Amino acid sequence: MKSGSNLERVLEAGHFAVTAEIGPPMDCNGDVVLEKARLLRGYADAFNITDCQTAVVRMSSIASAVLVMREGLEPVMQMTCRDRNRIAIQADMLGAAALGIRNCLCIAGDHQSFGAAGKLKGHPGAKNVYDVDSIQLVAILKGLRDEGRQQGGDEIEKRPPLWVGAVWTPMGDPIEFRPSRLAKKVAAGADFIQTQGIYDMQLFRQQMKQVRDMGLHEKTAILAGIIVPRNLGMLRYMDAAVAGVSVPRELMERMSAAREAAGEDKAQARRNQEEEGTKIAVELIEQARETEGVRGAHIQAIEWEPKVPEIVERAGLLPRPVLSAEA
Amino acid sequence: MIVAERKPLGEIIGFIEDFKRVLVIGCGGCATVCLAGGETETKIVGSALRIAAGKAGREQEVLEDCVTRQCEPEFVEAVPARARDENLEAVLSLACGVGVNFLAERLGEVPVFPGLNTKFLGATAEPGVWVEMCAGCGNCVLHLTGGICPVARCSKSMLNGPCGGSNDGKCEISPDVDCGWELIIRRMERLGTLDKLTEIVPPRDWSSSPHGGPRRVVREDLRQLAAEAEEERATAA
Repeated sequence: MKSGSNLERVLEAGHFAVTAEIGPPMDCNGDVVLEKARLLRGYADAFNITDCQTAVVRMSSIASAVLVMREGLEPVMQMTCRDRNRIAIQADMLGAAALGIRNCLCIAGDHQSFGAAGKLKGHPGAKNVYDVDSIQLVAILKGLRDEGRQQGGDEIEKRPPLWVGAVWTPMGDPIEFRPSRLAKKVAAGADFIQTQGIYDMQLFRQQMKQVRDMGLHEKTAILAGIIVPRNLGMLRYMDAAVAGVSVPRELMERMSAAREAAGEDKAQARRNQEEEGTKIAVELIEQARETEGVRGAHIQAIEWEPKVPEIVERAGLLPRPVLSAEA
Repeated sequence: MIVAERKPLGEIIGFIEDFKRVLVIGCGGCATVCLAGGETETKIVGSALRIAAGKAGREQEVLEDCVTRQCEPEFVEAVPARARDENLEAVLSLACGVGVNFLAERLGEVPVFPGLNTKFLGATAEPGVWVEMCAGCGNCVLHLTGGICPVARCSKSMLNGPCGGSNDGKCEISPDVDCGWELIIRRMERLGTLDKLTEIVPPRDWSSSPHGGPRRVVREDLRQLAAEAEEERATAA
C-alpha cells in the first residue's frame, strides 16, 4: 500500500471503484460541505473536493477535505497548478497529509479567465502561477512519498502517504496525442486517473484500445468520468463549449424528446429531463464498466450532488465495499 | 521585436496637461516597426496634443523628436542637454518601457511619461496583427518543442503537452488564441520528432526569468575590449 487510502484499497482489492465530486461553496459556510457529505456518505469510495474549479474562489479544497472527513468520508483533494508555486503546493500537501488526507488529484486548473465565463465576475485579472505543470506535480508528490525528497532536493523525514491521481481528457484535441499524454502521467507516477466527462462512449473505447495496447491500464487505475446531464441546455453547452467533451446526437435527441414530451408543462419538462439525464448517466457508467481497462467511475453531478445516491444505486454499485484499514 | 501599442490619448493628456513645454520623443527601433512610436506616430501624437491643448485653452508647447533607439546611450545622450537648454518641463516617450526607463535615469528632475503600453516580444502575423512568440524567460527550450515556444504560447506555460482545454486547435481562454501545444505537435509531426515529446520535462528553473529578480547580461570579453580601448585613448592623450 502506498497510502492506505480507502480508494487505493478498493482498487487494489479489484472492486469497480466509485468516486463522486463535492464542490465547496463560495463562502465560509462549512455546513454546506457537511450537508453534502452527509447526503453522500456510503455512496462512493472517495469524494473529490474541487480546487476553485473554473477559477472561481471557493472554500479551499484542503479545508473542505477536512470537513468531509469529519463526516466519515474519504476525500480526494484536488490541487491545481494555477494558484500555487512548488513551494506552496508542497507545503499544502505536507499539511494535507498531516491532517489525514490520503488522495490527491493533480490538475493544471482552468485558466483564470474562466471565472467570468458565466454569470459570475470571477477574477479574470488575477496573476496565475503555473510554476509546474500537472505532470511535474505528479512527479513531485511521488518524490515526496517514495524518495522522501522535496522537489528542490532537500530530504524529509516523514514521507506523506499519498495516493496520487491525475486527470486524463481522452477526447481532447489533438486527440491522437492523448494516449501519449496519459503515458507521461503514468510514467510520472499517477496511481489513478480520473477522466474528463465521457458521453461519446464509442470514441472513448477507441482511445482505451490504444491505452490497453500501451499497457497503461495495468500501470494505473483508470476511472471513467461521468458528468450527469441535467437538461438539454447543459448537454448542448458541454458539447459546444467544454474542451474534450462531445455529445453524440443520439443523446441530444433523447434529452430533447424528454423535454418535448412534457408539452407546455415546464415543471414536467424539467422532471422529464432530469430523469432522462439520470438514465443516461447510469447507462454511461454501465458502458464504462464493460470497457476493458476501466476500473471505476468518477461521477460529477455538478451542483446536483443529491442525485448521486440514486445514480450509484441504479447503476448497481451498492453497497460500496467496506474494507479494513489493514490490508 | 518588442511590440507596443499607443496609450489612449486621454490618458497621455492626463500625464502632461500641467506642463508648459513638453517633448514627445519617438524611437526608431521596435516602436517604429510595430507602428506605435516611430517618426510618423510622434508627429501624430504631437499634433493631437497641440490640438487638445488649444481646445482646452491650455498654454502648452509640444516639441517633437525621434531618435534611432532609446535603449542605447549614444542615441539618447543629447536629450538631457536639450532638456536643460530648452527648458523642457516633461518628456513623453513613445518607446517601449525600456526607453522610458533609460531616459528617466538620465533626465534629472524632468519627468518622463510613457506614451505606449509595452505588450510583448512578438512578430507581425498579418498587417495590423502582432502575436507574442517569446516570453524572454532566459533559458530557451525551443529545441525541445520544434521551435514553437510552450512558455510564451501556452496560456499555462505547460512543458509536457497540452492541457485538457485544447479545442479544435484553439486555447481554452479564447477562440482567437491558438493552442500552443497544437502548434508544437503539428510542427514536430512534420519534423518527424513527435517521439521526443514522450520524455518528461522536469520542473524548470525559473531563476533565469523575471521571477529570479531584475536580470542583467554581462559579457566580460566585451567589457575587456572597452577597457583596453579606454586605456589606449588615455595613453595617447
